Amino acid sequence: MAINIKTPLTKEMAKKLTAGDSCLISGVIYTARDAAHKRLCELIDKGEPLPLDIKDSIIYFVGPTPEKPGQAIGSAGPTTSYRMDAYSPALIKLGQTGMIGKGKRGKEVINAMKEHGAVYFGAIGGCGALLSKCIKKAEVIAYDDLGAEAIRRLEVEDFPVTVVIDSKGNNLYETGPQNYLAQNK
Amino acid sequence: MRTIDASIITETVKKLCIQANCFLSSDIKNCITNAYNQEPWPQAKEILGHIIENYQIAEQKNLPVCQDTGVACVFLKIGQDVHIKGDVTEAVNQGVRQGYAEGFLRKSVVADPLNRKNTGDNTPAMIYFELVSGDKIEITVAPKGFGSENMSQIAMLRPSDGLKGVKEFVKKTVLEAGPNPCPPIVVGVGIGGTFDKAAYLAKKALLRPAYESNQNPFYAGLEKDLLNEINALGIGPQGFGGKTTALAVNIEYFPTHIAGLPVAVNINCHVTRHKTEVI
Repeated sequence: MAINIKTPLTKEMAKKLTAGDSCLISGVIYTARDAAHKRLCELIDKGEPLPLDIKDSIIYFVGPTPEKPGQAIGSAGPTTSYRMDAYSPALIKLGQTGMIGKGKRGKEVINAMKEHGAVYFGAIGGCGALLSKCIKKAEVIAYDDLGAEAIRRLEVEDFPVTVVIDSKGNNLYETGPQNYLAQNK
Repeated sequence: MRTIDASIITETVKKLCIQANCFLSSDIKNCITNAYNQEPWPQAKEILGHIIENYQIAEQKNLPVCQDTGVACVFLKIGQDVHIKGDVTEAVNQGVRQGYAEGFLRKSVVADPLNRKNTGDNTPAMIYFELVSGDKIEITVAPKGFGSENMSQIAMLRPSDGLKGVKEFVKKTVLEAGPNPCPPIVVGVGIGGTFDKAAYLAKKALLRPAYESNQNPFYAGLEKDLLNEINALGIGPQGFGGKTTALAVNIEYFPTHIAGLPVAVNINCHVTRHKTEVI
């Protein structure tokens, strides 16, 4: 049974989630990938305000295809998250509670998640057409010059994700294959 | 001598870019369906079900199967008896430019690897020419996503490392990649040649339909063994555990130097795209 999450994702809620949980996210999430993360962290370094409310926010690592007329967004599946490892800890420190991506995360990110209470969700990589159905509205709110990499505010309904790494550091990428192998030797 | 106008190459490349990105080829779809039917792990089966649903939606709605519509890898086998009227490289790039614009595909190419400004039209393509006999041109467009490309590796093994060394290196590459390249993956392996030739062979191996084995029985057997051994690693779809880590292993080999054993592993995701047309 999937857990329904309504944004903003509070720390209390984030801490209740466990690696392996299936969740459906509804509400507002933000997109950002490499180039946007770099700019956000440059703003943090300079002590300037960010173009989004980072507290209790969920950032989706995605660069969608251009939308056709009448579509809210094009295909929009997750990109590989480790490229954001250099930037995520600074955002988590400022109150970001959720990340959606795919693939492994570094120690420094997991430590920040444990310290501040954040969670890392996986969306199914390579399923951009399917996932786009859950995105009802998309609006560029910063860095339009980055094209697919611009920061977008998305309104999502029942966006399906799995908790991959929880706020205690439990990791489905370790336990999932271990459990499978233990039962299928 | 047959004359082919470069504009025909542009038209063909444009069409193939759009089709390859929105319609997953039947060899990969069959592999995914077979994997779905054989997957014993419930969560893994569920993910494979979503993957099937995804390519069906893409087909119905003419949407890219994946948002990473890749860098356009374009392979041209040009018959020696063909005269191309116009600039063939520009014709290919023009086809990519038009295909990525008209197909609403993502532009994912930066002009310079360190200064990283997007070219805005997904050019230049990675173009590979091969001269063959005849008076036709075979064009294959294989959009390549970088989640999987980034997980690829090359090694210059010693001849004494032999078959065991090659198998260990391929499995090590898949294990280290883990969930990152969107498993289930297709594994392209290039063995022999030189440093660059091995990498080219690995990429070329990904063009071969997934149901087709290497024509050499020894290498066909190695493909089968490696597929079984990779699927015993337990990584599973999306890295959440399961039997289906790879859909296929394709190997291409080439003669090499007495002192060398180059091995390249080019990983592709379950959205392995390739579309071919002969003009």
